[in-house]
Amino acid sequence: MRVVESLNGALHRMMAADPEVVLIGEDVLDPYGGAFKVSKGLSTAFPGQVITTPISEAGLVGVAVGMSLQGFKPVAEIMFGDFVTLAMDQIINHAAKFPWMFGLAALPLVVRVPMGGYRGYGPTHSQSLEALFMAVPGLTMVALSHLHDPGALLERATLDAGVPILFVENKSLYPVELEEGDMVGGLHRRVLDPRRPYPSVALSAAPDERPDVTLVAYGGLVPMAVRVAAEAMIEDEILVEVVVPAQLRPLPIEDILVSAEASGRVLVIEEGPRVGGWGAHVAADLTERAFGRLKAPVARIGARDVPIPSARQMEAQMLPAAGDVLAGIRDLMGKS
Amino acid sequence: MIEAVDIYRKMILIRRFEELLLELFSAGKLSGTTHTYVGQEPVAIAVASHLGPGDCVFSNHRCHGHYIAHTGDIEGLLAEIMGRTGGVCGGRGGSQHLHRGNFYSNGIQGGFMPIVVGMALAEKKRARGNVVVAFIGDGTLGEGAVYEALNMAALWSVPLLVVVENNRYAQSTPITLGVAGSIPDRGRCFGLSVGESDGWDVTGLTARFGTLVAQVRNEGRPHMEVVETYRLNAHSKGDDTRATMEVAAFRARDPVEHWGRGLPPGLRAAVDAEVAGRLAETLAAVEAMPLAQLAEVG
Repeated sequence: MRVVESLNGALHRMMAADPEVVLIGEDVLDPYGGAFKVSKGLSTAFPGQVITTPISEAGLVGVAVGMSLQGFKPVAEIMFGDFVTLAMDQIINHAAKFPWMFGLAALPLVVRVPMGGYRGYGPTHSQSLEALFMAVPGLTMVALSHLHDPGALLERATLDAGVPILFVENKSLYPVELEEGDMVGGLHRRVLDPRRPYPSVALSAAPDERPDVTLVAYGGLVPMAVRVAAEAMIEDEILVEVVVPAQLRPLPIEDILVSAEASGRVLVIEEGPRVGGWGAHVAADLTERAFGRLKAPVARIGARDVPIPSARQMEAQMLPAAGDVLAGIRDLMGKS
Repeated sequence: MIEAVDIYRKMILIRRFEELLLELFSAGKLSGTTHTYVGQEPVAIAVASHLGPGDCVFSNHRCHGHYIAHTGDIEGLLAEIMGRTGGVCGGRGGSQHLHRGNFYSNGIQGGFMPIVVGMALAEKKRARGNVVVAFIGDGTLGEGAVYEALNMAALWSVPLLVVVENNRYAQSTPITLGVAGSIPDRGRCFGLSVGESDGWDVTGLTARFGTLVAQVRNEGRPHMEVVETYRLNAHSKGDDTRATMEVAAFRARDPVEHWGRGLPPGLRAAVDAEVAGRLAETLAAVEAMPLAQLAEVG
């Protein structure tokens, strides 16, 4: 099953089971079914639960907040994650504040944001804006990957969380097949603290051995991280443990800390710009907690500090590449 | 129909509450800011007197009058503004961010307009016959979210009553510098039904909102009512840059004073004393409350 099918299936299941689950977004009606087809078939099967809106991102997220206040469980679809900037006021000054400020028992709200590049969509359709939301208390941010069950994450966010959630879907993952077995790209997978709603996943060629390097990745860079970890093992005999959080905020730092303390060397990779990035927060948190046990400063790889270009070769020069990640691992091991 | 003396009791309670806040500020007992509703009292009362327990109200930074008219909870409001444990939002919200039952307010201009459309859409889907009321001002008409919301409200035909209190100023900016074209036309261009009311005609305003609330409730479609009014005090505390003559002319038309003069003098004095006593008791009770602490509110 592909990621897009997992999400679409989850929406179908939720809407069938609960008439208070509603999808709100632009161009979400059939036969179009949403720009990335996550919403396909929903308006046909559940016409009363799918609301197509004008081009009004602030408007549609606000409508979702209002429906949530009145007991519905809305899922708002932002067509391209970049457009969430238009709804920042709704998310930051309204949704994220309301539960705490008003003492609400619940404010179920999921805002789905298709983020990410590597597809040549250009400066306003390819960004990864997750870092902007790191500084918003009251907001939970979840990023799916093909290692998680994306539909299950979406169901938990919609039905169980009762708080505003920014649900990050990296566009490059939509067509990717889910990895459902214990082995992923030659690495053993284990779920860290499965009791949590959005558990982190760890991958290692030799999970019982102390890793040389901890590689932290989320979302669209997870397939790259898996490939590079396998390559580092084969070519350099460097044992890389990949840690993949599904929850970006609040950050489950403990999941990363265990591996970081074992390896002493951490590389954080992300698609968003390195400056002010998500990885900067991870690095700071790890440094505060595990400075004495680290063998090197926490290293980071992210996008270069320029807007994301359209031309594929320029985009490739701007975004992290597998070669950068492998070089970063070798640097940490003093093998560059 | 609400009695004349009850209208006065509600208006003078809001008026004296706001005056008390200004006194507390002068005495250094309040922090932050406050946006008083002095002069606009009839609007809140006219709307509130027609709403039922299932109806929702969303208000703005100038929300004390709306809150008191809707809930009567002066103790929870004063405690909230004074950061005491009995505050309706536990001290998290303060003057501008209130929630009790179906009443909400937020300190962002225009941002709640899409939210009230969502609330009204939810009510339409539930078919419970409830209406949603949004209070905005002339200044808020500069915000784009308002127009996204009016567009969707009209497209989806939801039970929403938008009350535009045109008090002629956005903070220090007069409508001549802030609002192009006609305010009613801004609603009409989306196909909303639109009306205009006189904020000094207390009787007419009360009757008018009786008609409008019933219309929105029964027909289930949005209406925008533009009420001409004037705030007699500064935007917040002492930041008034308006011409003294202009303010004095409106102060001579103070709707609360005018309504009070229509009551038998003995009755008015009794209500004044009752309200003064209630406020003094409330202040004493609130000042005796412990200060709210972050650890307690989570």
